[in-house]
Parts: sequence; structure tokens; C-alpha cells
Amino acid sequence: MTGILPITLEDATKVVQAFLYSGKEYVCVMKLHGDVKEEQIKPVLKEFEDEIYQRPPLRSSVKRQLRTRRIYYMDYLELDGRNVLFKVGCEAGTYIRKLCFDIGEILGAGAHMQELRRTRSGSFTETSATKVTLHDVAYWFGEWEEKKDEAILHKFIEPMENALVLLPKIVVRDSAVDALCHGANLTAPGVLSVGSGIEKGSILGIFTLKGEAVALAKALASTEEMLDLKHGTVAGLQRVLMPRGTYPRVWKTGSGA
Amino acid sequence: MPRIIPPWEIKRELLTKAEDTTNPKYGHRPSERPAKEYIQYGTINLDKPAGPTSHEVAAWVKKIMHLNNIGHGGTLEA
Repeated sequence: MTGILPITLEDATKVVQAFLYSGKEYVCVMKLHGDVKEEQIKPVLKEFEDEIYQRPPLRSSVKRQLRTRRIYYMDYLELDGRNVLFKVGCEAGTYIRKLCFDIGEILGAGAHMQELRRTRSGSFTETSATKVTLHDVAYWFGEWEEKKDEAILHKFIEPMENALVLLPKIVVRDSAVDALCHGANLTAPGVLSVGSGIEKGSILGIFTLKGEAVALAKALASTEEMLDLKHGTVAGLQRVLMPRGTYPRVWKTGSGA
Repeated sequence: MPRIIPPWEIKRELLTKAEDTTNPKYGHRPSERPAKEYIQYGTINLDKPAGPTSHEVAAWVKKIMHLNNIGHGGTLEA
């Protein structure tokens, strides 16, 4: 299998969990075990555009219990003999091999996954200007070591913030940053702006006014409530992304806090 | 049946609660980080070749770039 594999470097590795919430897109070649007409295949593919049940396959890295996964879209592209080409947008953790098997069962002929290419992982896409191969990485890194021109790094590395653009966000004051870096929950006075559509329990990113990611957090209030609240906790910290001391410590310690 | 909207099609607005400025003395805009930090907080949009596992591919990047730590978002096997 080939395609988009987001790689996180050094401290950016803390953002990998964001990819668990961020959806994938694949282009798949499914091999039918019998002859099926195009008109029969199309409606069956559409039936899968829903919340589906899947049990992880025998060879998998997770516990094999029935779970649900959402299929955003399932687009038929082409039929060549017994090979069906389709594009699927789905939640992270959807087994495409399983999906092909299930489609084959419904069609009656049986089917298996022949080839798979990931065309999207969250905000990382195939059409992005910074998409690179292993050879590109080796080449550009060599160029960087030789010339030390920062523009070279920008050709193949993106800031970790680009991995978080699909999450709802909260922008905070400079004065709120260091407490968050120490693991404190976010309180209302530190909030400057809030993304729309946040519900209690939403996973979100907390950012500085410069656009730097400070932490990943879980919302304890909705967008509307966060805009209204004068005090109290609005988000519980999940993962700190910024090192302590990046911004000045302005919070107090001890009983007077 | 209502279509489930993929995360990349959800439109989000940023709603202002209060105004403030940021002190240029601290931190950097992500695109303006000095080289060492730019790598330290960087990600690569890699097109994985067929054959090696996701884990092996990540290990190669780690070796090529002489890194201490690396991760990958979602296994794309064999």
C-alpha cells in the first residue's frame, strides 16, 4: 500500500494523536470473484455511506471487538473486467480490506482488496505542494546540511500546526500560555477567540496569537458558553505541545493564587 | 440518508471574545521558527512507497535526518 503517511519529527510527535480524529481518503482497487455489472456495483457502494459496523481483522493491532466507523463518501470510479476502482472518505481506523470483503458479500460474487493508496490523512493531501518521497527527504536534507539555507527546510517540512487545522481552535492571551505549558486547564479570562461548532467533549487545539500550538485539550463547554463565561474552566488539557518557559510566567503560586 | 460530513469539509469560523496583542519577544510564528526549532516542531507529508512498512519508512526518515524521535500518523501497511 502506498500514499500519504504523515511523519512527525522530534517534539512534533506529540501531535500524532490529532490524526486519530481526522479522517482519511483512499483510492482502492477491489477484485471481484465473479462478473458483476456496473449498475449493480454503484448502488451497493452508496449503501456504505453511513455509520458501519466492523470487526477488526485477525491480523490487526487492536482488540477484535465490533466497532462503528463512519464512511463519509464512497465514489465509484471505474470497472475494468473484474477490477473495481473506487474512492472512499472514512473515519480513521476503518479497515478497507474488510470493506471490500463486505461489498463482495453483498454483491454475491465475493471480492477482495487488490490495491490501496491513501490520498489523504487529515489535512495532509496528495496534492499538497510539500508532499515528498523518501528520496526527496534524503535530497533536501542533504541540500540543507550543505547550504544551511532555511528556505530548503520549508520545501519538505511543515510546522506541526498544519496537522491541527481540522480541529476546532481556541486562541489565548500571551499571559495564559505558560500556565497551560505547565499543564493547567484553560480558564475563561485567557480566551481571546473561539472556533464555531465546539461542543462539550470536543477535542481542540489551543493556540497563541502568533499561531503557535500550545496544547491539545478537551472542551468543557460549548462555543457559545465559552464566549459568555467570565470565569471558570473552559477546556481540560490533554497534551502540552509547547515547552515551558517559551512565554513568561505571569501566574502566581501558593495560597494567594 | 443524510450524508456524514468529512472533517475537511466542516466550515469553522473564529469568533472573537476579547482583543489583545502578542509580545514579539516571545515565541515565533510557526513559519518563522529558527531552523533548529522548525525541524523540532516539524512534520513531513510523506508519500509512502510500496513494500516497506510504515514503521520502517519512519525509521528511515529518522536515520536520514539524524533525529532522536519520530512518529507517524496512522499505519499504512505493507
